[in-house]
Parts: sequence; structure tokens; C-alpha cells
Amino acid sequence: MHSLIEVRFHGRGGQGVVVASEVLANAAFKMGFEVASFPFFGVERRGAPVTAFARIDTSPIRIRSSIYEPDYVVVLDSSLLKGVDVLEGLKRSGTVFINYPDGKCLPTLPGDFTYFTLDATSIAAAHGIGSKVAPIVNTAMMGGFSRICDEVSLEAMVESILEKAPVKKEENAAAAREAYERTREVST
Amino acid sequence: MRKVMTGNYASAYGAKAARAEVIAAYPITPQTSIVEKLAEFVSTGELRAKFVPVESEHSAMAACVSASILGARTYTATSSHGLALMHEVLMWASGARLPVVMTNVSRAMAPPWSVWVDHMDSVAERDTGWMQFFCESNQEVLDTIVMAYKVCESRGIMLPAMIIEDAFILSHTSEPVDVPDQDSVDSFLPGYDPEVKLEVGKPMGFGSLVRPDQYMEFRYKSMLAMREARNRILSVDKEFKQAFGRSYGGLLDEYMCDDAEVALVAAGSVAGTARTVVDRLRAKGMRVGLARIRAFRPFPFEEFRSLAGRVEGMAVLDRSYTHGAAGAFFTEILGALYDVPKRPAMKNYIAGLGGRDITPNVIETIFDDMFVRCKRGSDLQPEWMDVVGLPRRRS
Amino acid sequence: MSRSYEDIPLTPISDTPSTVNMTGLWRVFMPIVDLDKCKKCTLCWKFCPDAAIELVDGKPKIDLGYCKGCGICANECPAECITMVKEEGE
Repeated sequence: MHSLIEVRFHGRGGQGVVVASEVLANAAFKMGFEVASFPFFGVERRGAPVTAFARIDTSPIRIRSSIYEPDYVVVLDSSLLKGVDVLEGLKRSGTVFINYPDGKCLPTLPGDFTYFTLDATSIAAAHGIGSKVAPIVNTAMMGGFSRICDEVSLEAMVESILEKAPVKKEENAAAAREAYERTREVST
Repeated sequence: MRKVMTGNYASAYGAKAARAEVIAAYPITPQTSIVEKLAEFVSTGELRAKFVPVESEHSAMAACVSASILGARTYTATSSHGLALMHEVLMWASGARLPVVMTNVSRAMAPPWSVWVDHMDSVAERDTGWMQFFCESNQEVLDTIVMAYKVCESRGIMLPAMIIEDAFILSHTSEPVDVPDQDSVDSFLPGYDPEVKLEVGKPMGFGSLVRPDQYMEFRYKSMLAMREARNRILSVDKEFKQAFGRSYGGLLDEYMCDDAEVALVAAGSVAGTARTVVDRLRAKGMRVGLARIRAFRPFPFEEFRSLAGRVEGMAVLDRSYTHGAAGAFFTEILGALYDVPKRPAMKNYIAGLGGRDITPNVIETIFDDMFVRCKRGSDLQPEWMDVVGLPRRRS
Repeated sequence: MSRSYEDIPLTPISDTPSTVNMTGLWRVFMPIVDLDKCKKCTLCWKFCPDAAIELVDGKPKIDLGYCKGCGICANECPAECITMVKEEGE
């Protein structure tokens, strides 16, 4: 791996964006890495766009400024693609992971990046995580992310989810496992 | 045990490790999760303490003062406007010589409203007689709470301490933190046992009226205590290293300063970013260093005088501003260096107010500018970094 | 007498109650109660800022050890049974 991996998360208030960044950092920590995760806190409101970040490194992380050129972008809600430039600053070799319905073509996105998708909304709903109109997709997305990011195994991610999920721990773990199997690279 | 946690949880774990006996606090963004976690510790019985929910920060500190007079180890946490509301009672805690320990999640003052980091709230309370410790990491937050009780409760000191944790950059950042085992903390930090305390059945008045013929003597004693705290902070830092293997450099934490031409002076979380910039510039052959203000009260007077003799330039980064003067760190350092034989070139940089990100680029720009200053001499006019509308400087 | 900083505690601590201060010595005018005119309304007792009035059978008994002679009781009394009388040195 490179010495430092930087991840940016996009989602909406209530979808578990900040917790997703914490789950990832905690999982990478279990893999022996040094980690830091942090939110950009606006004034938190359900539905409002939310951003969070994570750093994973082999040596202690001392930098405290924000992440402007991430290696990965994780989008928990594809409706954000309309209003938010989720690709801003993404490295040329960067990877985008989007919660997107199965079997649907991605909207036009630049071809320079690698894209993965997962229908995390239906997985979260099937496992009864959150409500029907507001499924909490963070744990499914993190299960999927462990397939994309070599540094974090599914087992570490599941262990992290079991620690971090406040309720329905087993359901969240099951969602992550299913998501791992269903995450696919897609072409634009 | 090492686990990933936010700065706020590190604060709560610090208070728990120190076995705080009375906790009185009022929630405020971004401090809230400290109070929530401690309330949880108390409700589950993990921490045997009295949790006092209060209706304001003024009352929170008043409750801590009262409990401390009764001989209880007390803890509270607040931020920005909550700290400002406490102002009167902060003076009470220090004047009555009560070793209350508090986390202040340092946040900008309004208006304009902001929930993000700067140090204006903390700096505005520097004259309240509290010790002030600025922290760089979540680990340092936890460790400093434990160390602070040991310093504060020392017989010759008996003063309160404020642990300053940057809003969001520490309070809401999750990173690995070693939670020391309870037995080690217990042997490092014995229980609080004051010489004088209020007891049921033995009524006494604390902090009563004194006339002009006696007031200065009490203030003089406080001054002596704060002066002695300098030594105690250093000795406790050493003891802590022996017990837990971690040390934070006492009052002024130097990084690569011994052969530095230019030193950046800063406090709080930005020091971490500054270290990465120092490493990068060192790799390019530039002799730069970082002097991190860890204790602002007591002020690292001797440490700055020592540093002045070793560097050509001192760039002072203030994350607050004292209108009508300059950054508080800057003016105090200037004062400390008045009669040293060799004064470095000095300049004050104001950055990161209201949560504005202090990027590596901003710090590099400061270093570059300071190398120019070393040749041209000091510039006592503070420079505001990264203000939209001002000419943009780039390293 | 002021003491050296070395001989004082960390913060001023008093272990004697303020009742040692006989504030009655501050008095210039003394309240005199005509108990026959008293209607037992207890207003004097309620208004006395020094709690220097005790009620005996519903009527005021003034503790001259602490009464500062402020005259509030006389002012409030609807039956006008309290009069303030100048004290003379003895």
C-alpha cells in the first residue's frame, strides 16, 4: 500500500455517514494500522448533506488538516450526485464507491476513475436496519468497501461493526457480509 | 488498552481514570458527548461518582466549587459561551484554591456564530488564575487530565486546571488512544485529601471578606502557587513517563528546535500538522522546528528565553486575536524576551479562526515568510493568514 | 491586624458565625412597641431585614442585640404601634 490512504464519505444526515468513517477507522486499526476519522460538522440535520473523512497509515497520523485529495470517495446516497461534486479533488488513480440500485446504469461520470456500486439501500431495508423510508446504509457500504480496499478485511470490518452498531448488531453484520458479496466494479 | 475513540471520549475516560467523584456539567456543542459518556459511566456504575445535572455552566462550576470545598475530586467540561458564562465562578475556584479540573473544548466565540475551533474562549480566561494546558492529540487529552489532578492537588499548589481540546479536530476525531489500566492510574494518582475541607457539623465560611490590609497577601500566595506549578508540571511529566511511557515536554514542547534557524510557535492540534511540515522542510534541508505551547498558564517564560538564544526567527501562530493589540501568545513571548542577550526576529501570524483549516500550505507559507524576516528583522504587525480579499500568499 | 502572607491560609476561612457581630451597637433610633395597640398582623416580623423580631403570642419582641434601628418595622406597622426613639449615650 502507499503510506497513507485518505477516504472521503458523502451522505445525508441520518444515514450514518460519520459512523461509517468511524467503523472504517476502527476496522483498519484492528488490521494494525494507525487511523484517524473525523466529520465535517455542519449544523447536523436529518437529510442535509454530510461529509466525513478517514485516514489510514502505517505510521502515526499527525496531520490535522482536512482531506482535499482523497484516494477513495464513498457515496452513501446517489441522489447527492445531483447537488454535490463528490469527485472534487479525487486522485487520478482514485476509486468511487456509490450506493446505487442494482442493474441501473450510472449517470454520466468522468471515465478517469474506478467505480464500484452496491445496492446498499435494499440490503439495509432487507435486514431491517433503519426504517423503510430511511434505511441506514452505512454498515452495508462498509461491508462493500472491505471488498474494494485491500487493507481492510471483511472480518475486521464486521468486528468493527459489531462494536460500533448501537442496536441490531447481528443484522448490521449480516448486511455487511451480503454487501461484500454484491459489490461490483462497473464501467461508466 | 489501545482503542479508537474521539477526543471527547478521551476526556471522559480521563475523568474516569482519575476517579472524579463529583461531575457537574451542562451540555454544549461540541462538548456534549463528554457529558453523555460520563453520565453513562455513572449510570452503569463503571464510575462511582455523583453526577449533577445543572441548568447552566455557571451552576456547573458553582457545583464543582462547592463539592471541591467538601473534599471531593471534581470534573466538568464546557466550551466557548459556556466557558464565558462560567467566568465569574472560574475566579472563585482559583481564589478559593480548589483543584477543579475541566475540559474546555475550545471553540470560536460568537457572533458570527461558529461551532468550530479557535482559542478565543480559552485565551479570554487566561487571567482567571487557572492553569491552562493545550492538547495536540486525544491521547494527550486523557493523559493531561490525569496529570492535572496530580499537579492541582499538590499541597503547595491547590489551583484549578483547564484542559484545552480543539473543537471537532480533537473532540470529534476518532484515533487510537491508550486507556491506562486503573491500577496504574491509582498508584500514580492517590485520592484527593485536602488539608482543610468543609465538614457536616463544622460550619465554616470559605473565601470570606478580607479588608484592603490583607487582600494582597492572598493574591501573593496564589502567585507563588502558580510559580511553583511550573516545577510541579515538569516533575509530574517525568513521573508520568516513568509510569506510562509517555511525556509531553512540560510547558513548552520542542520539536527539532535544537539546530533550527526558524521555529514556529503554536498551540493545540495544529502542532500535529506543523510537525509534518517540519519533517517535509527538513527533508529539503531547511532548518525549521516547532515549539508547542503546552502550558499557557503558567507561562513557559524560561523556556522561551532559552529557545530565543538558539533560533534566528520565531514565527508565532495565534489561533485567537486580542483586538487592539495582537495575538496573546505573541505579546507574551515578546515580553518574555525583552532583556535576553540575543533576540530572534519575531512575527505574529493569525490563522485558523472559527474553524478555518490550517493546511500544511499555510504553515509552509509562514516558514517561508519567516526566513525572509530573519534577514529583514522583526515585523510587529500581525499578519492574518488566508483571509479572502487579502493578497494570497503561497509558498 | 494584617498578617504575613506566610501566616495566612490559602483562602480566607472563618469558623465563627456572623452572630458574633452585635449589630445592635450600630443603632441610633430604637423601636418602642406599644403592645396594647398591636393587632398581631406580623408585618413587622416579616419585614425585619435582620430577623431581629421574635413573635411572642403573635406580638413582636425586638432583639436589641441585633436590631440596627432601621425603622422598617415602624414604617410598615398599619396600627402605628411602633415608634422610633433616639437613643442617648450613657
